Order: sequence, then C-alpha cells, then structure tokens
Amino acid sequence: MMALLQQPDIGRMIFEHTADSRVVELPFGLGEWHLPTGWRLFGIDVSPTRHVVFMAFAALCVLLAVLVAKRSIVKRHREGRAPAGFGTAIEAMVIFIRDDVVMPAMGHDGEKYLPYILTLFFFILFCNFFGLVPWGSTATGNLAVTGGLALISFVVIEVSGMIALGPKGYLKTIVMVPPGMHGIGAVAMAFILTPIEIIGKLVKPFALCLRLFANMTGGHFVILSLMGLIFIFASWAVAGASVALILFMMCLELLVALLQAYIFSLLTSVFIGMMLHEH
Amino acid sequence: MIHMLLQVQDAATAIAVAKGTNALLGAGIGLGLAAIGAGIGVGLIGSRATEAIARQPQASGDIRGAMILTAALVEGVALVACVFALLFKILA
Repeated sequence: MMALLQQPDIGRMIFEHTADSRVVELPFGLGEWHLPTGWRLFGIDVSPTRHVVFMAFAALCVLLAVLVAKRSIVKRHREGRAPAGFGTAIEAMVIFIRDDVVMPAMGHDGEKYLPYILTLFFFILFCNFFGLVPWGSTATGNLAVTGGLALISFVVIEVSGMIALGPKGYLKTIVMVPPGMHGIGAVAMAFILTPIEIIGKLVKPFALCLRLFANMTGGHFVILSLMGLIFIFASWAVAGASVALILFMMCLELLVALLQAYIFSLLTSVFIGMMLHEH
Repeated sequence: MIHMLLQVQDAATAIAVAKGTNALLGAGIGLGLAAIGAGIGVGLIGSRATEAIARQPQASGDIRGAMILTAALVEGVALVACVFALLFKILA
C-alpha cells in the first residue's frame, strides 16, 4: 500500500474538530451549513457558530426529554403501572440530583435552587454527549461556554448568599474574621484573610470552568491524536492498535461526560450550601 | 550609534527566538510534573479506597462513589496544567 505522499497536517485536523467554526457539517453527507455572519448586538458580534447551534440543540433536547418524561410518568401513575421506560430514567436522575446532591449540600432551603442545579446538570450532560456522537461537536469544549456557565453559577452563589445572609452577613463572608478573635487580632486577621477570601470566591468558579473545558477537550485531543497516528504511520498494524485504544478512550469519554456534569452541579450546590450556612 | 542600535535589535530577536523554545520546554516539563502529580494522587486514592473496601465490604458502594468523584477532581488539576501548557505553546 502506497504511503501518503505528503505529511498530513494533524494539528490542523485536531484544531478543526475541537474548535469552534462557522460551518456545521450536516450528517449523512448532506453537505455543509454555512452559518450567517454579521449579526451584531450593540457592536458585539453575536453571529451563531457551530457550538452555539449545538448548545441550542442541546437545550431543545433537554426541554423535549423532560416534557416527554413528565407525560410518560403522569400517564403511568394514572394507569397504576410500575415505573419503567424513558420517563422513569429521567425521574431517577432527577431524584438522584435532589436527594444526593442538592439536599445534603443545602438542607431544606435547597428546594429553591433545585431547578437551577437540575438545568445545569441536564444541559451540561446533553452538551457533553452530543460531542461523542458522529457529526457532533462538544459545546462545552469551548472556553466561552464553560466560562458562561461558571459566571452564571458565580452570580447564583453570590446572590444566594446576599439573599440568605443579608448585606451585612454577606460582607462578613468577605471581610472574614475567624470566630473567637477580638481587637487587634481580629483586625490583623481580617487584613490577611480578606484578599484570600476574595480570591477564593473568584477562583472557585474559574476552576469549575477550566475543569469542565479541559476534561471535554482533553479526551477529544487524545482520540484525534490517536487517529492522526494512523495517517502518519500508514500501516495496518498501527491502525488496529490505534482503533482499539480509541475504543477504550471513547468508553472513558462517556464516563467522563457523565462525571463532569455531575461534578459541576455538585460543586455549584456545595458552594451555594456553604454560602447559605455561613452562620 | 547605528551599530549599537543594530546590536540591540539582534539581542532582542535572539531573546524572542529563545523565548519561543523555552516556552515549549517549560510547558513540556510542567506537563510532565503535573502528570506525575496526578498519577501519585489517583494512585493514593485507589489504594486507600481498596483498603477501605477490604476492611468493610458492605460499604463498597459508598466508597466506590467517593473514589470516582475524588479521582475526577484530582484529574481536573492535571488537566488544568494541560490547558496552560497549550496556552504556552499558542502564545510562543
């Protein structure tokens, strides 16, 4: 078998498959959809890109999944049948988030934040999964998307603290004094701890953003690099070993997609719980 | 005077070129160290988890859940290092 005449550009292939672009590849060879450009809002370019299209698609799928699940559960309950099927699977995940993520972290005030945590979990889950199907693209593999999710979580955490603790109580979480210190000691500790607290408040959502982005993109990098190896070596033995490794990496990617959605929601609810229970 | 300016320009370009190679070297070494850290961390998690399961087999479900969660958090740190290494390569 003739080897390739020129060295294929693997870096460009990896970049094209993981980064954002203005072209959506339609499945089954239907062609390409060139997204419109030039949409501007207050001077900022808001034209849709591939990740935006997949985010909207994931949001639509979350809505449809939950509506279909709700109808199926109501129908089953009315007919008195045992739980089974798609609606029950969604219900199992919702109950898991409620009983094992939100309620332990926030106590009984958690009911107010349950819709947000559920939306976060299902949206990130669907976005991650759409990156693993053919012709799909991981919306959460984009730093702007995960940054936006982390920003919204940051706002929810801080506003929840302000509502639950009042403005004075919220300021106490920033200008933090360890309990039991008075006078000069308290002032000194406040001087030292306030910058640390402020940096902590900013670093936690930043870590959320980076963790999700790096996990989603890293897996795709490894898979695409292994595929590129086949083209660099142009040998059947390398292709066999590479495909086996890629299969294993894809299974790991499935686990990581589920786990990262869970971890994002878990950490957000833990941070909200920490703010709610400061006193 | 012009000779001195040319020398300064030579030194500047030399520094820029060296900065490029040093950035990639730094990113590579940093990534390797992060991988060592992640390996040690996840290894510790696994060893303690299996020890705990051996001591109390009926808690194995809880322990397995805690192990996977903690492993994902530790991997997150290593992957953050990966992201920054890529950033160095792109910046240089």
